[in-house]
Amino acid sequence: MTKLSMPKIDRKLISKKDEIVKDLRKLVKFENVLDHEDQTRPFETDGLSAYKQKPLIVIFPENTNEVSKILTYCNKHRIKVVPRGAGTGLSGGALPLEDSILLCLGKFNKIIDIDYKNRCVVAQPGVTNLSITQAVQDKDFYYAPDPSSQIACSIGGNVAENSGGVHSLKYGTTTNNLLGAEVVFMDGTISRLGGKTFDSEGYDLLGLITGSEGLLCVITEITVKILKEPQAIKAAIIGFSSIEDGGQCVSEIIANGIIPSGMEMMDKALIHATDNFVKAGYPRDAESMLIVEVDGTETEVQELIEKIEKIAKKNKSSSIKISKNDKQRMKFWAGRKAAFPACGDLAPDYYCMDGTIPRGKLALVLKEIKKLSKKYNLPVANAFHAGDGNLHPLIMYDSNNKDSLDKTEKFGEEILKYCVKVGGVLTGEHGVGVEKRELMCEMFNNNDIQQQIKIKKSLDGSSLLNPGKVYPILRKCAEEGRVHVHQGKTKFSDIPRF
Amino acid sequence: MSIKEKQNFQTSQGSESIEYPVNEKEVSIFIKKFYKSNIPLEILGSGSKKKIGKPLQCEKTLSLSKISGIVEYLPEELYIKVKASTPIKIIEEKLKKNKQQLAFEPIDFGFFLNGESDYGTAGGQTACNISGPRRFKVGGIRDHVLGFRGVNGRGEIIKSGGTVVKNVTGYDLSKLICGSYGTLVALTEIVFKTLPAPEDSKTLIIHEQKIDLGLYLLEKSISSSNEVSGAIYFPEDKKTIGYSTNIENTFKLNDLQHKGSLTAVRVEGSKKSINERIENLLKEFKITNQKISILETYQSEMFWNKVKNLEFFSSSKNSIIRISIPPSECTNLIYQLSDKYKYYVDWGGALIWLEAFELSEQMFESIKKKVIKIGGYATMIKNSNYLPYVEDPFTINKDRFNISQNIKKSFDPKQILNPGKMYTGI
Repeated sequence: MTKLSMPKIDRKLISKKDEIVKDLRKLVKFENVLDHEDQTRPFETDGLSAYKQKPLIVIFPENTNEVSKILTYCNKHRIKVVPRGAGTGLSGGALPLEDSILLCLGKFNKIIDIDYKNRCVVAQPGVTNLSITQAVQDKDFYYAPDPSSQIACSIGGNVAENSGGVHSLKYGTTTNNLLGAEVVFMDGTISRLGGKTFDSEGYDLLGLITGSEGLLCVITEITVKILKEPQAIKAAIIGFSSIEDGGQCVSEIIANGIIPSGMEMMDKALIHATDNFVKAGYPRDAESMLIVEVDGTETEVQELIEKIEKIAKKNKSSSIKISKNDKQRMKFWAGRKAAFPACGDLAPDYYCMDGTIPRGKLALVLKEIKKLSKKYNLPVANAFHAGDGNLHPLIMYDSNNKDSLDKTEKFGEEILKYCVKVGGVLTGEHGVGVEKRELMCEMFNNNDIQQQIKIKKSLDGSSLLNPGKVYPILRKCAEEGRVHVHQGKTKFSDIPRF
Repeated sequence: MSIKEKQNFQTSQGSESIEYPVNEKEVSIFIKKFYKSNIPLEILGSGSKKKIGKPLQCEKTLSLSKISGIVEYLPEELYIKVKASTPIKIIEEKLKKNKQQLAFEPIDFGFFLNGESDYGTAGGQTACNISGPRRFKVGGIRDHVLGFRGVNGRGEIIKSGGTVVKNVTGYDLSKLICGSYGTLVALTEIVFKTLPAPEDSKTLIIHEQKIDLGLYLLEKSISSSNEVSGAIYFPEDKKTIGYSTNIENTFKLNDLQHKGSLTAVRVEGSKKSINERIENLLKEFKITNQKISILETYQSEMFWNKVKNLEFFSSSKNSIIRISIPPSECTNLIYQLSDKYKYYVDWGGALIWLEAFELSEQMFESIKKKVIKIGGYATMIKNSNYLPYVEDPFTINKDRFNISQNIKKSFDPKQILNPGKMYTGI
């Protein structure tokens, strides 16, 4: 485990643990407060398992009023609160603090309302992403955002992180599919944002809390849009003998006015890893591979697939396979969706990065990653949501090797800095969390960060909700009004910051 | 003083109090100055939507009209970066050359607010966040702003977002800026997501349906897999005192075959696919003896342009209210409202545009109450001579007011940017 700087620990508060536990047990059922070390250990980490920290207390409220009471109590007694959904996040957003209460929404696991007339589902935040689709699929509806972890990740966590998935080019990410939420602010105020209408009047608070990584409020209910399943869907697997050809093909598909419902790219390392894992029938000789999926009416899908075939051939594709039926299409996707676990075969550990870049810069960025891979002597496999430019390099390492994680993190850092340098951003869908916190200044200057911190303070004056996440705390760049200027120069002043 | 002299006097007084910064840095300098001296500012782009919201009486006006121009357009990356006061018309022309568009369908408010076409600016559209008929399918303006730059109430230049669609780095301030009516920042630069323009469009109109059935057909069409991108209902036109609008005058189209109410759905895409979709819809609607019209390419486009630009109300002198509701509540609400109002329904039942003759403030508040009860909101978009001012043109509850006030203060602690434009105290 690497050392991670976190906000100053309140030892006095820790010494009052028994008293706090007693108080909290007055607010929720006795058994919903976990305080023994053996009980809190399972919650010491989230999907970013490199960092571990047991919380002071774990609490499982069962309804909104309980959440409100807990937050009111914690606000009054200045106790830090870390909210947690399913704990699948990959940036350490739900990493507990030693002196924090971990507020778990696991008991908020019910679908409250399926409303076909308004084409939406009202669910509690602990419901998994996939359960929403499963609840409406008998009527041929579905919920569009589909992060790879959809069987496990919670819809509340999806809102907190603004999760995407492989279909976000055409159907958007969580923020574009969310209609309303019930939230509780740190002072205990319960508020309803949005509802079953499109747009809400006044400031778009729903838009603000989406992707706010649990720093602004705790989400206790969610209303999401559902869509009717398309009449026809087809996918194509296209192999290329170079990364450049694959990248060019992506750009040309978009330039030809086609918006595929999904467009994924993998490099050779990942093609092999995933094909070994699920036997998806991927072109093993290819240097890069695209999965392109289109949906619509039968005729439209056929038209689009033909157009895509033509564009692929023009860009020197080495193989093209088109799905003959839904079973085969799902098989095409099975490999991509298992990209992360498949890497388990390549190395004892892998570290998943998450930058977004302009699509046209893909070949350039992958070349740089290759160079860095040599520099750090760590292998890397790349998955790319080519449609929306979201790149997931998977760095292979061995956590038993003392310096390995440290080296991996430095490697990852360099990749993300390069993403920003070519006009991209630090994180496309995994969030900043603790992982990319110190890199925020690569993208934002002091004014930008201070404005965000001011918003945080306007809703959580004592910074008790999920502290230590998203904003830098190492004073490397900007924290609470400080900007680090080294020898009169700001760091990476040549990097365009927009 | 003669009338002419009076006008000249007022103009010269007005122009003295208007500042015209030419770049972002100057906007920052001006706002810093006014921040120090506690002077409230009216932030304006071209002023095309100035009449929406509460009238401002600020000592100074900060016109952003000189901060204009396309900064960068990369069609293959699906975005356009523009300075805040770039006219929407120029942006749309540029995109059209590359067969792209702003999919949220910017509304030309000029016709009905000021009598002539005026799409206004990128900043104005963003600040008002009122999207066209395609909204229910592709999202609103808030879903198409990828990033922005602007100056907050302390005069600090801030930015958020970027040029890519998938971005969760920091809070999504772009969403907050959309629909904030210039009360949080003076926008200087905006990045819009662009999308390929559909190859073709076709509209199926079913005539003479009562509202229940019309809305049922709209719901059915949106809930189908036909990717409908427009769904409106115009009730039959009745000659009523105080109203001059009518369907016939608005939609003078050759292929519009019948009179009476209109239930219209639009499909867009390749020629083959839209024909297929219209066939599907006719089957799903079980249309046999009903009177229908089908509008092809050009007429379909004209029809939706007229809908989008609120031409139905272009000659109206009455109050115009925009009501956003859960679609399932639409018919009931219409029944609850006085039948002397004129209206039409957009977004398949999720939006009502209401025209009201001799509307009093009390009547407006009563409409609002009914709308809030069913989980919606109502906004006074245009005042009439009869009711030139309403105290609360927007809707908000106490919780959200408090939160919004805190957020306002975090951007603009002295409340100098468009103070009170949306709500008193924000």
